[in-house]
Amino acid sequence: MHRLALVLALGIACCGAASSASAQATLKTVQARGHVLCGVSQGLPGFSAPNDKGQWSGLDVDFCRALAAAIFNDPAKVTFVPLSAKDRFTALQSGDIEVLARNSTWTLSRDTALGLDFPAITFYDGQGFMVRKSLKVSSALELTGASICTQTGTTTELNAADYFHAHNMTYEMVAFATNDEAIKTYDTGENGRCDAFTTDIAGLSAERLKLANPDDHVVLPEVISKEPLGPAVRHGDAQWADIVRWTHFAMITAEELGVSAATVDTMLKSPNPEVRRLLGTEGNAGEQLGLTKDWVVRIVKRVGNYGEVFERNVGKDSPLGIARGQNALWTKGGLQYAPPIR
Amino acid sequence: MTNESDSAPGRRFRLTPAAVRAAALQAALVGAVVLLAWSLIATARQNLADQHIASGFGFLQQTAGFDVSQSLIAYNRSDTYGRVFLVGLANTLLVSVLGVLFATVIGFAVGIARLSPSWVLARLAGAYVEITRNLPLLFQILFWYLLMIGVLPGPRQSLEGPFGLVLNNRGLILPQPVAGVGLEWVAVAAGAAVVAAAVVSRWARARQARTGRGFPAGRVSALLIVGVPLAVFLLLGQPLTLAPAELRGFNFIGGIRLVPEFVALVAGLALYTAGFIAEIVRAGIQAVDRGQSEAAASLGLRPGRTLQLVVIPQAMRVIVPPLTSQYLNVVKNSSLAMAVGFPDLVAVFAGTTLNQTGQAIEIIAMTMAVYLAISLLTALAMNLYNRRLAPVGR
Repeated sequence: MHRLALVLALGIACCGAASSASAQATLKTVQARGHVLCGVSQGLPGFSAPNDKGQWSGLDVDFCRALAAAIFNDPAKVTFVPLSAKDRFTALQSGDIEVLARNSTWTLSRDTALGLDFPAITFYDGQGFMVRKSLKVSSALELTGASICTQTGTTTELNAADYFHAHNMTYEMVAFATNDEAIKTYDTGENGRCDAFTTDIAGLSAERLKLANPDDHVVLPEVISKEPLGPAVRHGDAQWADIVRWTHFAMITAEELGVSAATVDTMLKSPNPEVRRLLGTEGNAGEQLGLTKDWVVRIVKRVGNYGEVFERNVGKDSPLGIARGQNALWTKGGLQYAPPIR
Repeated sequence: MTNESDSAPGRRFRLTPAAVRAAALQAALVGAVVLLAWSLIATARQNLADQHIASGFGFLQQTAGFDVSQSLIAYNRSDTYGRVFLVGLANTLLVSVLGVLFATVIGFAVGIARLSPSWVLARLAGAYVEITRNLPLLFQILFWYLLMIGVLPGPRQSLEGPFGLVLNNRGLILPQPVAGVGLEWVAVAAGAAVVAAAVVSRWARARQARTGRGFPAGRVSALLIVGVPLAVFLLLGQPLTLAPAELRGFNFIGGIRLVPEFVALVAGLALYTAGFIAEIVRAGIQAVDRGQSEAAASLGLRPGRTLQLVVIPQAMRVIVPPLTSQYLNVVKNSSLAMAVGFPDLVAVFAGTTLNQTGQAIEIIAMTMAVYLAISLLTALAMNLYNRRLAPVGR
């Protein structure tokens, strides 16, 4: 009994000490540990998926590598934590990861009530539907009464509910814990459990590659929602949010100024003041973020600019073959726009 | 803490040094537990406030905004998260109750069959037990699910049975019963038949106790309960019609539909748990001394009656405690629903709702409280039943 009371007292003392630790200074924690803890999906080709050698690759993965390059000058100093849609925000809130790069949609309630911040939009997407060609459906408006497979715990379920109710259509949502289970169920059987599969359009292209016969399926033209996807961080550490935000902006600015992995070394001698500020040969933008002056050189040399990362992972150099579209630079009619680095 | 003053009622509590020390230690322990709990809650609140994460139970009144594929109670997207909680709870309870029911029936049948003198039956039962007990439950649920959605045809090529039964990979569709004029009288007749059956059983038991002469009360009761409402039903001109579902667009409209997710989950839970229950039943029967069966046989009881009247009642005392823990397992294992997309409490509340609102602490606490309450109530009911089975001295 004496011993039990002693153990309890010790327990209380240790909890009290733990609670006084501050939520600030994520950068210091990361630097002290030596690598970034980055939450990614459990396998969405093009965004984050392990390849046959067990290395993670994808747009979201490269964002984390860019962060590691900016902080450590080594894109390998990232530990990827695969998370399901339903666990991802809890993992970030509880400190299991420092940044969540998991094709997550920026919404008001996530920004406010979940205690998160969405510093940047790395991919503009929208929700769509995929069906079997044999159904001979050409529009989502013909999906009355359809069974639809999806992953639970995402904005997808909410958008589908809004869309079907707004158009006065009935439907049946079959929601699974993970995308893999949902797509497997959609693909099982000659005329499967679900008539349609729904997620973001880019996700549809990626999941389609996992089907037995990808050519038997078609993505319907309707885009039923706005899905601004980007990294999320915990609310309350403005410095860390700034680093995440400006890492993305730096990659966009690099593309805009023609700074790529191949040209970055020669660009260091560029007389263009914008390029000089970006690459740290003039001013101290990197130091203002708590990094080094050459932070963008590190990012672009090790990982690439936004356009390179896009084409390599989801664009024309990838099996997904997604067009730049909304994700083109603002100078080319797209939405990717970075505030000035000065 | 048993000492002499506890075991001697009527004697006054004496303030011995040992008693004071014991009381002080107990008070200190309670205080430490309360302090620990309070410090945990305070820490959590502080951390949530620091991170600007909303807390409290206000979210239960917010509009959920998503749909649920299967709901026992009325629900649509404009209902609240509180309603979602009830939808999930009802689905969890439905799956658990059906799982327990089927597992018990199958488990007893297999357990008894395993001790059957028929070599084939006993071996078949043994194989069933080995297969179901040794394969992971999740695997079994997925097996039934993939079997259903993989082998069954799509809605347009459905298998159609009698009475408007339809089977396809969207589920088993039963016709919707539509009440006609006078159906209430059938219900009244059924109620009266149940009462009459109870009276007959009581009378038969009393007469057997008095005179020793038996009466086939079971068969008569069954005849009453089935026959009387059926007669009234036919006399009133069959006041109940079945409206079969019809194929429209992608799927059948109308009817009562059991979705494959539900069927696979209940089948997986029931067949898996039945393997364990069969072993418990076998052990219980073998725990009854052989002499009991031999004595019954020497009285001229046939083997079936011996099992029913002599062996099973004694075996139940051995069977019930481990059976209780199997029932609790069914309730807990029903949370594997997520893997096949069935909207149980864990899927829609600790899953979707948690993800939409982010209020992990409140939602997990509520979910834990629900499972704890179900488990405690199940254990309580089974313990009461077990107490009734205890031998009564005459």
